[in-house]
Amino acid sequence: MAFKIEPRAEPSRSMAIAAPLIAIGLTVIISSLLFLSLGLNPFVTLYTFFVQPLTTLNGVSEWLLKASPLILIACGLAIGFRANVWNIGAEGQLIIGAIAAAGVGLFSPWQESVLLLPMMVIAGMVGGALWAAIPAFLKDRMNTNEILVTLMLTYVAALLLSYLVHGPWRDPDGFNFPQTALLPQAGMLEVFDYSYRLNTSIFFTVVVVILAWVFMERSFLGYKMSVGGIAPAAAKYAGFKASASIWIGLLISGATAGLAGMSEVAGPLGQLSSQISPGYGFAAIIVAFIGRLNAFGIVLGGLLLSLIYLGGEAVQLKLGLPSSIALIFQGLLLFFLLASNFLINFRIRKLTTRAL
Amino acid sequence: MTPRLELRGICKLYPGVIANDDISLSVLPGEIHAVLGENGAGKSTLMKIIYGACPADKGEIFCDGEAVSEHGPAVSRQLGIEMVYQHFALFESITVVENIALSMPGRLELKKLAEKILKVSRRYGLPIDPDRLVMSLSVGERQRVEIVRCLLRNPKLLILDEPTSVLTPQAVKTLFETLRQLADEGCSILYISHKLDEVRDLCHSATILRGGRVSGEADPRKSTSAELARMMVGSDLPEMSVTPAKRTEEPMLALIDLNLVSENIMGTSLKSISLDAFGGEIVGIAGVSGNGQSELAAVVSGERIADRADEITLNGRAIGALDAGARRDLGLGFVPEERLGRGAVPSYDLSENALLTAHRKGMVKHGIAKRAKAKEFAQNVIAKFKVKANGPEAQALSLSGGNLQKFIMGREIELNPKVLLVSQPTWGVDVGAAAYIRQTLIDLSRSGGSVVIISEELEELFEICDRIYVIADGKLSHSLDRKQTSVEEVGLLMTGGNDAKETNIQGIKYGV
Repeated sequence: MAFKIEPRAEPSRSMAIAAPLIAIGLTVIISSLLFLSLGLNPFVTLYTFFVQPLTTLNGVSEWLLKASPLILIACGLAIGFRANVWNIGAEGQLIIGAIAAAGVGLFSPWQESVLLLPMMVIAGMVGGALWAAIPAFLKDRMNTNEILVTLMLTYVAALLLSYLVHGPWRDPDGFNFPQTALLPQAGMLEVFDYSYRLNTSIFFTVVVVILAWVFMERSFLGYKMSVGGIAPAAAKYAGFKASASIWIGLLISGATAGLAGMSEVAGPLGQLSSQISPGYGFAAIIVAFIGRLNAFGIVLGGLLLSLIYLGGEAVQLKLGLPSSIALIFQGLLLFFLLASNFLINFRIRKLTTRAL
Repeated sequence: MTPRLELRGICKLYPGVIANDDISLSVLPGEIHAVLGENGAGKSTLMKIIYGACPADKGEIFCDGEAVSEHGPAVSRQLGIEMVYQHFALFESITVVENIALSMPGRLELKKLAEKILKVSRRYGLPIDPDRLVMSLSVGERQRVEIVRCLLRNPKLLILDEPTSVLTPQAVKTLFETLRQLADEGCSILYISHKLDEVRDLCHSATILRGGRVSGEADPRKSTSAELARMMVGSDLPEMSVTPAKRTEEPMLALIDLNLVSENIMGTSLKSISLDAFGGEIVGIAGVSGNGQSELAAVVSGERIADRADEITLNGRAIGALDAGARRDLGLGFVPEERLGRGAVPSYDLSENALLTAHRKGMVKHGIAKRAKAKEFAQNVIAKFKVKANGPEAQALSLSGGNLQKFIMGREIELNPKVLLVSQPTWGVDVGAAAYIRQTLIDLSRSGGSVVIISEELEELFEICDRIYVIADGKLSHSLDRKQTSVEEVGLLMTGGNDAKETNIQGIKYGV
C-alpha cells in the first residue's frame, strides 16, 4: 500500500477546524501510552495536566496572568511574521520595555501622580519599539538579517538589565540582592482581588487583540504587508514599499513586547530583578504560529500554552513526575498542533495499484 | 507498415481533471506527427505517458507492434524513444560534452564523445562546440545540445515539446531542416505545438486534442489554419478587427537613452534604449527571450527605479524616479508576464486581488479596505471581460492562465490607463482567450490609449501592432512600420544584426 501527499486545490475549511482536534487526539493517545509505560494512570495524569489547574480561582488567575503577555506579544509578532519580518527578539524588547517603564516609575519626579502609570505604559512601549528599531534600521539600510540582529540584541538587553540591577539601580536598602527598589504604589497596576495576582494589564491585551485583528484583517496597511509577505513580487508590482513593512512589523512587535515587559514589572513583579521573564518573548513565537497568525487564534494559542505550563507544574507537584516528562508532553502537543496544520493545505491520498 | 508507435485508449486522471480520455493515435516510421492542442488540452500529459515519465490509468502502448508493459524512462531509452523537453535539463557550470556524458551509458571517454558530438552535429546541421560551458550558450544553442544528446542514441522516435518557443524565425527554419532529414532517415517524430503555421509547414499528419480527448485527425498539409483551429478550439475564432491608428501628436510614453545594469548576473543590461509610444497605436517589442525584456518591463513599470528620472517620461513628465504605485497613479498600467505571484497573489481571491492595484478607485477609507467595493469591482471585471471564475471569491490560483490573464488585464484597463505596458499578453493562454485579449488591446489603443507589448510571438506582434521595435542584447532597434517590414527583417534584428541587408543568413549566430 502506498500513499501520496499532494497539495489541495484550496485550503480545506473543515480541516482548519479539525486539525487542532486531531492534534489533541494524537497527543492524548501518545501521552497515554507514555504515562502507562511509566506506571501512571493516564486519566489522572491528563486530568491533573489540563483540568485541575483551572479548578481554583487562583489557578484561573495564574492561567490568565501567564496567557496575557504571551497573547500580547504574539499579536505584535504576527503582524510582522505575515510580512516576512522575523522578529525573534521579543524577549529583548520585553526587557528593555520593562527597564524603561521601571526607570520612569522609580526615578521620575511624579511619584504620586495618577499620570505615572500612563507614562510608564508609554515608556515601556517606546522602549521596546526603539530596541526593535535597531534591527529595522539595519535591515532597511544595510539589508542585515533581522533574525540574527533581533536575537543577538536579546542578550545585550539581558546583560544591560543585569548591569542595572547589580549596579546603578540596585536598591540601597535591598541587602545587596540584585534588584531595584519596589515601584511606588502609583506605578503599580491594580489587581482585581488582593488574594490573586491577576491585574488590569489583561485589558491591554484585550485592546491589542482587537486592534491587531482590525489591522491584520481589515486595514489596507495590513493588506499591503501581507501581500509583501506572501508574494513579494506582487507587492513590488503594486508599488508597496518593502521598507515600510520592515519598520511597521518591527516597531509594532517591539512596542507590544515592551508593553508586556511594563505589565510584568508593574504587575506581579513590582520591581526589576535580574530575571524578569520566564521566556515569554520566545514562547510567544510558538503562540503566534499555533494561532496561525490570526489575532483570535492567538488568544486560543496563548491560553493553551499558559495552561500546559501550569499543568506541567501541577503534575510535578501533585504526582511527582520529573520535569522532563512534563516537557515531553508539552513538546508532543506543540509538535502535533503545528504538524496537523499541514493537512489544511495538503492531503494524503492512497495510491491505487494500476497496470498498463 | 507496422506503426512505430501506437496508443490505444489511453486514459489519465488527476484529482478533479481528466487529463487524457480514451486517446488513440499511431505514428509510422519516418513520419512527423503533430500533436496539436491548446494549453491544458492534455498534450504534455500524453507525452509523459509515452515517454514513461508517468503511468497511464488505462490503455495500451505498442512500439513496433509489440505491447509495452512495464513502462518507464529506462524502457523508453531501450526502445529508442527520446524526448526534448520544453525546459532544458542542462547543468550550467559544465561543458556541453560533460553534460552529454552524464546521460550516456558505459565508460566515460570525453574525447571520443566529443568527436561523436561533432560528427552528429555536422551531419544534421546543428553546429555546437562540445567544449563550451553551457552557461555561455544561447537558448537556441542549448536546444541543439538537447537534440544532439538524443540523436547520439540513434532514436527511433523523437518527441519535441514546443521546440520553437525560444527560437528566432531563422533558427526555426534550420531546426525544421534537421527534423526533415531525420524523418527521411526513418526516425519518427512527435511534434507538440499550438502553432498552426509551423505544423502545416512541417508535419505529415496531426492529431488534435481538446479537453483531453482526440477532437480530430488531419493532414496538416492539406488543411487550412482555420480548420485546424476549429478542431483545437471547438468553434470559429473571432475575426480580429483592426481599424487604422490615429496617433496623438506627442508621444505618451518615451524612453530617452535609457541605460540600466541588470540586477541578475545572468541577466541582460539595457543599453541606450530610446522609444516613443503614441496614443492611438500599439507598439510591439520583439526579441528572443533573455535579451533584456524582463529588465525593460521592470524599469518601465516602476518595479525598478531608473538611474535618472528623465530617462522615462509619461506625457512629458519625468517618471523614472517613481515607484510602480506612483506611476500607476499617473496613468501607467502594467500587465506582467507572471500572473501568479506578480500580477496576482495566488492564494487571495479575486476581490482581494482587485485591491492590489485598484485600491486607488475609492476602495480605502480611513485606512480600512472596503471589501464590498473591491468585490463589486472584481464582479464587474469578471462580467465585462468574460472571465470564467466562481465569482469574486474564487482564489486566483484556481483560474486557468487565460482567465487570470483576462482578469488582470481587465483590472488594469478599468483603471483607465493612458499607457498600458503588457508583457507576453498571451503566454500560456488558450487560442480563444488570446484572440479576446488581443482585441481588447486593439480597442484600448483605438480609444486613444497607448499600448506597448513585449512579446516573443512574432505572429502576434504582426497581427496587432502598428509599429515594431526589436530588442537584442539589451539594445533596441529603430522603429519598424508593420506594413513595411517582414518577418525576415525582424528575425534578423532579433539575432543582433543591425542592418538586415549586410548580414549573411547562412552565418547567423543565434541571439544570446
